[in-house]
Amino acid sequence: MPEIAVRQALKQGLEEALENDPRVFMMGEDIGEYGGAYAVTDGFLKKFGPERIKDTPISEQAFVGAGIGAAAAGLRPIVEFMSISFSLVAFDQIVNMAANLRYMSGGRISVPMVIRAPTGAGVQLAATHSHSFETWLAEVPGLKVVCPSNPYDALGLMRSAIKDDNLVFVAEPALLYGARGEVPDEYYEVEIGKANVVRSGTDITLVSYGYGMRSVNTAADVLQQRGVSAEVIDLRSLSPLDLDTVLGSIRKTNRAVVVDSARRKGGVMAELAADLQQLASEWLDGPIMRVGSEDVPWPYNRGLEQAALTDADDVLNAVAEGYGL
Amino acid sequence: MASRTKPREKSSSTDAKPAKNGKSVVSGRGNTGVNAATDYIELFRQMYLIREFELACGENYSKGLIRGFLHLYIGQEATGVGAISTLRADDYIVSHYRDHGHALARGLDVNRSMAELFGRATGLSKGKGGSMHLFDAAKGFMGGHAIVAGQLPLAAGLALAQQYQKTDALTMCFFGDGSTNQGVYHETLNLAAVWKLPVLFFLENNMYGMGSSIERVRAGGIDFYPGMATYGIPAAEVDGMDVLAVKEATEYAVDRIRKGDGPQFIEAKTFRFTGHSLADGQKYRGQEEVKKWEQRDPIATFPEKLIKMGLASSAKIEAVKAEVSKQIALAVKFAEDSPEPDISELFTDVFA
Ligand SMILES: Cc1ncc(C[n+]2csc(CCOP(=O)(O)OP(=O)(O)O)c2C)c(N)n1
Ligand SMILES: [Mg+2]
Repeated sequence: MPEIAVRQALKQGLEEALENDPRVFMMGEDIGEYGGAYAVTDGFLKKFGPERIKDTPISEQAFVGAGIGAAAAGLRPIVEFMSISFSLVAFDQIVNMAANLRYMSGGRISVPMVIRAPTGAGVQLAATHSHSFETWLAEVPGLKVVCPSNPYDALGLMRSAIKDDNLVFVAEPALLYGARGEVPDEYYEVEIGKANVVRSGTDITLVSYGYGMRSVNTAADVLQQRGVSAEVIDLRSLSPLDLDTVLGSIRKTNRAVVVDSARRKGGVMAELAADLQQLASEWLDGPIMRVGSEDVPWPYNRGLEQAALTDADDVLNAVAEGYGL
Repeated sequence: MASRTKPREKSSSTDAKPAKNGKSVVSGRGNTGVNAATDYIELFRQMYLIREFELACGENYSKGLIRGFLHLYIGQEATGVGAISTLRADDYIVSHYRDHGHALARGLDVNRSMAELFGRATGLSKGKGGSMHLFDAAKGFMGGHAIVAGQLPLAAGLALAQQYQKTDALTMCFFGDGSTNQGVYHETLNLAAVWKLPVLFFLENNMYGMGSSIERVRAGGIDFYPGMATYGIPAAEVDGMDVLAVKEATEYAVDRIRKGDGPQFIEAKTFRFTGHSLADGQKYRGQEEVKKWEQRDPIATFPEKLIKMGLASSAKIEAVKAEVSKQIALAVKFAEDSPEPDISELFTDVFA
């Protein structure tokens, strides 16, 4: 199996769709001539032309809204935010328009659209540029939200997202664009709403997604050396959330830590933890432990930012605190 | 056609005359400002300070001592310096992420500015904000703001307070051509005009928003000032490579705002000589265009003009340059030698 980076996997998913479905087109700031802020769409303008690779003005609200309109009329737009931090100015269109259209029209209008955005802190972009709004968006009924942590899932989820008849928000961890992994030549998809047990174990369940997988994978390695067998789950989809896979794991391990690289407060992992506490209480040997980044705006200074950001030590501390392992 | 403030044509400074005492005072009224430019040499010094500061930033970014996104002001010095030289200490300035030039022209401490970029405890914001988010409230410098156009309503609000408090102070708001495509641009212009807020909307039209030339992303061509007719906001266009022209046009607009005429709009045509940020390979434009603008580099043309006009000797210019270079070297050293913020700082300043 060839090994590629997340960036290439995403690119491949987009390219396939542009090649195979004339209804698919892309919009975003500097995705064409500039080649995309994170170079995911590099070369697309040349290959597919300006009709289908549309450079937009810095008008997130307008071009996201236009994407919704085009989707409602039968096209399949893929819209890129240069950063998820800039999606905030278009939240009205995403939340009020896209997410509600189908319901409000009594099921007559759908929004088959993909929104992509680099997400997360960790590269010293400070408070305005380091958000992880996928955790907010996962709360909105009518939206699907996915977040890949590796090239295999990036390609598989992108394929599913583009085929989906709903708005699927693909949050792409900015720190993982260069992360490499194996991707098969044969066609496959990754089902939206399905978590992945990336490592099976018997003693404790560690759940995360996106960049948070780095911390849980490292923590699982350390635990292994200590003779503790961790089961590691990558949620991949934040909405819908795959509770069953996590519950199945907890039934086996009786212990769980849920980990987010986004801020700990609120968000999708709080939702998950609350549900698990309720649904898995009879199997649990201790409290569902929660790990997330500090409840402060993102600082520029590297030391401060790293201190705020979830890491493997935070996961290990939670394992120790909650379960004495 | 938009109503325009006085310098109807592109303001030109060729007729700027030296003052009788030979000291070439260009700033007239009430210039008690923070680091106010009181003569031509001072204008040059500020522009050169910004240029050297930016070059040092680029260098230290390559070394990994400055990180995150870094947007340089190289090429646009005449605009910020000319505009800000007209302000008083009680005026506010609001900027965007390309904010170093505005900060230095306002007289923010060079050492602490550099230290902020290095993320050090001695920085303007203790290393919490970085390059895109410079602040110095004591000097009325109300921030670099990194969400495009997000600073515009903040400026309107500061101006609202100035009006409410019945002062004749004003707020100068900088923004780029690309930011005018945000809805909040329209919202703010309208609000400011309806309420006659004392705000000077200062557009630095450098022809590009990141990799997008204006022609590709804006209906209506490269001139923005005519559009101000829609709001009834007096507007002027000025040559942003000519510091004296900028100063003159801004003085006129500032004067009208202080008299209670409400918002004014200035569009300076300028150019950034470097990429959008240090991550920009500039695939979207040819070097010829850059070269053409570089011929109008204010750092080169302004001292030439001063020498020609007999207002400065080349020895004086060289002395200013040497002094500035020393200052920048010291600022880099100050930043490098400064401590990192204590981890406890992570949790301070979240709430008042
Ligand atoms: C809402 C939002 N969208 C996109 C960006 C990314 N971005 C930062 S600067 C910039 C270009 C802005 O151009 P312009 O307003 O002309 O200012 P200049 O950089 O030329 O000074 C873009 C697209 C952002 N910071 N905020
Ligand atoms: Mg611009």
